[in-house]
Amino acid sequence: MHPPFQQVLDDHAGDVLRFLTAICGRLEAEDCFQETMVAALRAYPDLTDSSNLRAWLLTIAHRKAIDAARRRARAPVPVAAVPDRAAATDDAVGEVWTLVGRLPPKQKGAVFLRFAGGLPYREIGAVLDCSEPAARRSVHEGLKALREEWKP
Amino acid sequence: MNRIEDALRQEIEVDVRAASERALQRADAAGVVDVAYAHFDSPLGLLLIAATHAGLVTLAYVEDDEERILADLAHRLSPRILLLPRRLDGVRRELDEYFSGRRTRFDQPLDWSLARGFTEKVLRATARIPYGRVVSYREVATRAGNERAVRAAGRALGSNRLPIVVPCHRVVRTGGALGGYTGGLAKKEFLLDLEGAPSP
Repeated sequence: MHPPFQQVLDDHAGDVLRFLTAICGRLEAEDCFQETMVAALRAYPDLTDSSNLRAWLLTIAHRKAIDAARRRARAPVPVAAVPDRAAATDDAVGEVWTLVGRLPPKQKGAVFLRFAGGLPYREIGAVLDCSEPAARRSVHEGLKALREEWKP
Repeated sequence: MNRIEDALRQEIEVDVRAASERALQRADAAGVVDVAYAHFDSPLGLLLIAATHAGLVTLAYVEDDEERILADLAHRLSPRILLLPRRLDGVRRELDEYFSGRRTRFDQPLDWSLARGFTEKVLRATARIPYGRVVSYREVATRAGNERAVRAAGRALGSNRLPIVVPCHRVVRTGGALGGYTGGLAKKEFLLDLEGAPSP
């Protein structure tokens, strides 16, 4: 039996919004967050396993972030306005997250989920749709790249 | 501990409340919210009101039991239940007018799906009792189609999910004693007083 969705939202909205902010920047995060919640509500009554609703929501959020990135890649943008890939994440999320925003997609998601989210590697793999070893690799590669650029 | 790892553990500042509110408006527009609920501060304490797309389905005296009320609605109606006060603006306005004595009947559509069989008949009969009037349990049972089912009528009224709006407070004992009321007799007395019902 599923808890009232309002409770799910109260418990996990913060994690989902931070995840999206980390991987696609503030501007896009807002829209992805809305799409995530609408998609989650659509699927909620038929969800068979409600034992890890946070991972379930993060998985949907990750898919929405990928969709948004694809849309952005396809959208015709005047050349002068093409932003550096980091720019999307650059809007004042915080210095370290600006660096994270420049990582390849899987690495930024993995780094966020590991450190800000505190998720075990198995769950990170589930959210990012990859194996546990692959999730572990993404975190370590991401961290290695960050260390090279990080000047505290 | 490496410093970059500490930096990564610092929480990203986001406005969760604003984002959630906008997400809910969008979800509602997309038609994926089956039950909307809101709170109403009444002279009888905090009320939780909930509506489906068919109409008002629950009005409950909260009394620290919000979690149970919501879990029950999630189970019996749909887990897609969300705090969306805007969808209950009409009900809140009518409650406001009722409690300030400016309204004698509720015009919002009702969703009867939580009542079945004889219970539904009793509650529908109760909904037709005019403002400020009282009838006996036996009379309500009769109007519901079974004059001998006085006790069943009492139980049906006790299970009323829409007190105040479906005015079970207007049903009293033959001879004038108040009878029972979920949430306490003081509430029943208050409502009858408000409506200027003849005192027993």
